[in-house]
Amino acid sequence: MKENIVIIGGGIAGMEAASQLLDLGYKPIIIEKSDHLGGHVAEWNCLFPDMTPAGDVVKNLVTRSAGANIFLNTEISFVNKLKDSYNIMLSNGISIITKIILVTTGFSLFDASKKEEYGYGIYDQVITNKDLEHWFNTGDDKRVGDCGMNAVGFVHCVGSRDEKARNSQCSKVCCITAVKQAIEIKQKFPEAMVYCFYMDLRMFGKKYEDFYISAQRDYGIRFIRGRVSEVSENIDGKVIVKAEDTLSGKPVKVTLDLLVLMAGMVCCKDSTKVANMISLPVDSDGFLKSRDNVTGIIEAPKEGIFYAGACTGPKTVPETLAEARAAALNVHLYINRMK
Amino acid sequence: MIYQGKQKIWADYQKEIPDNRWFYVRSCIRQNFFPGAERMFLEICRNVLGKDFFETEYHTTCGGIAYHCDTIPQETVMTIIARQFALMTEAGYENYVASCITSFGNYAETLETWREFPEVETRIRELLWKACRREFKTPKYLAHASDLIYKYRNEIAARAKFRLINRFTGEPLRVVEHIGCHYSKMFPSKGVGGAEYPYVLCGMIEAWGGNVIDYPERRHCCGYGFRQYHVKANRGYSVSNTYKKFESMEPYHPDFIITNCPGCPYFMDRWQYVIAETEGKTYGENGYGIPVLTYEEVASLVLGYNPWDIGLQLHQVAVEPLLDKLGIEYDPDAKYKGLNKKDLLRPELPGILKCC
Repeated sequence: MKENIVIIGGGIAGMEAASQLLDLGYKPIIIEKSDHLGGHVAEWNCLFPDMTPAGDVVKNLVTRSAGANIFLNTEISFVNKLKDSYNIMLSNGISIITKIILVTTGFSLFDASKKEEYGYGIYDQVITNKDLEHWFNTGDDKRVGDCGMNAVGFVHCVGSRDEKARNSQCSKVCCITAVKQAIEIKQKFPEAMVYCFYMDLRMFGKKYEDFYISAQRDYGIRFIRGRVSEVSENIDGKVIVKAEDTLSGKPVKVTLDLLVLMAGMVCCKDSTKVANMISLPVDSDGFLKSRDNVTGIIEAPKEGIFYAGACTGPKTVPETLAEARAAALNVHLYINRMK
Repeated sequence: MIYQGKQKIWADYQKEIPDNRWFYVRSCIRQNFFPGAERMFLEICRNVLGKDFFETEYHTTCGGIAYHCDTIPQETVMTIIARQFALMTEAGYENYVASCITSFGNYAETLETWREFPEVETRIRELLWKACRREFKTPKYLAHASDLIYKYRNEIAARAKFRLINRFTGEPLRVVEHIGCHYSKMFPSKGVGGAEYPYVLCGMIEAWGGNVIDYPERRHCCGYGFRQYHVKANRGYSVSNTYKKFESMEPYHPDFIITNCPGCPYFMDRWQYVIAETEGKTYGENGYGIPVLTYEEVASLVLGYNPWDIGLQLHQVAVEPLLDKLGIEYDPDAKYKGLNKKDLLRPELPGILKCC
């Protein structure tokens, strides 16, 4: 079929939508700014709650979407609105005329150094969930493993549900990711004491609760309900964490070999850039605003513009993939209506 | 420790500090604790650096201690502050600098309240007019006195007679910096370097040749805490906070502590005596304590002033070991002579804490 369909973003949403559109007989175009497909998931080791290897998920999607026209290392320079279509100029000099744009620009990880009291970027033994996942993938991070690993802490909600960080939204995946990573740390360092500092635990997904109970029952991970107030470093380079245990009503002070900050999801700058180019509305949380948050989450308020994945707000991997499939079907129905 | 990480944060918390023409207000308690500090601030700013700093004997307390002890309504505090601003306006100044950290916090809080609730400012203007027929302009710039010494740190370094170098080892002195709680913990953007890793004192130490120590309880209160100390039954909390800090900094063997708050140098200085008497423990070398100095005193030493002229004999912890490290000569017999050479009498020596 001749209709151009431009997918902005080559993460799992973009690839899943592309593969569905390929199955429907279209030849979508994926524009990806980095040199590889897969987005954030490509940098993850395994996925909750079944410990599915993230690499397998990405590899499968790359194979299924290989028939699309894929431009890597490519950004959108500008977009011109024509009478009933858009002229998209790419950074590689190619211009595409299209009536259909699917935005799958995803999210950005919250910059944990903005929460200055946690000391990310200041103290060596403070890392993020992404850093730890990188270590699970490659084993390449001297901060992990080389320091004895007798005690490890996880701080939930870093930059999420935080008015001071100007992010009031819940990032949805951090609670269960912390449980997953805590279990993985315990599997690799069985003698380590592992603490999770949380506000409240949102175990909403399938098997999440089982996972959380297993973390306590089978792995002895300690969940402390209370926010961390400050992090510092002692003369041995260990991390000292002060927090409040709101269930016992007592202050807590622990010395850790490693502190992992569960950085949340925030709106991606690329989404904002695209929104500005096409005059798309942005919601109060900074993510792209859908036509309707109940019945039209994958549709922009503008004709021919569709969304999938975390560009409209924090999503899990299954939610993202489901949205991508739905968006592909909506694109197909839209094209049929145009005929 | 990743020093570049701190530099990144410091870059985000830069504060505009005009170079000249300041209206200066003193602290209620500093003049009793370490009176040389405020005198030396004006001496350095006016006579060494040639700046215009004005002060008037008509200014009063800011009401900060009563405010933080919950014994005075906020409207009263604001009206007192409005009167101070009126004195500044009448003197023809626009930049307001406070010697006291709590005053600085009070002024910052009041200005922020007025910015957010202009009707409160209108009400306070009415109250001030009814009380004393005065009017005022809000300051164009508000600073703490340590902000100014921070701003002038390189000028002071250029005139320095001594560097913060241990002359016996050739190594930079190890310095603990302690920031008053009301400096930037309430409004991080109002302090140089923010709230978590304030730079105001670090900048001075670096400019004058020392090394700053980052220890686990760096952010902890000195122990003064108005409701801890002023309520006699709570004084155990006060000394236990100070104890916690000294236990935390002990492994780093600091040569001295620099502070920018009225209460901090006093309590960290005096409680070392109490800890020595009650616990039998001292934190300096050879049974001495760790000297605790104000930033004005440190600046004065760097500039070569006589230690006894700047009031260092009023410290409980002996400063002589530090003076020896700095290579500053002093006359031990002149330590307890007043400015008019009158004998001030020698204090009784403590039992445990070694003093000169």
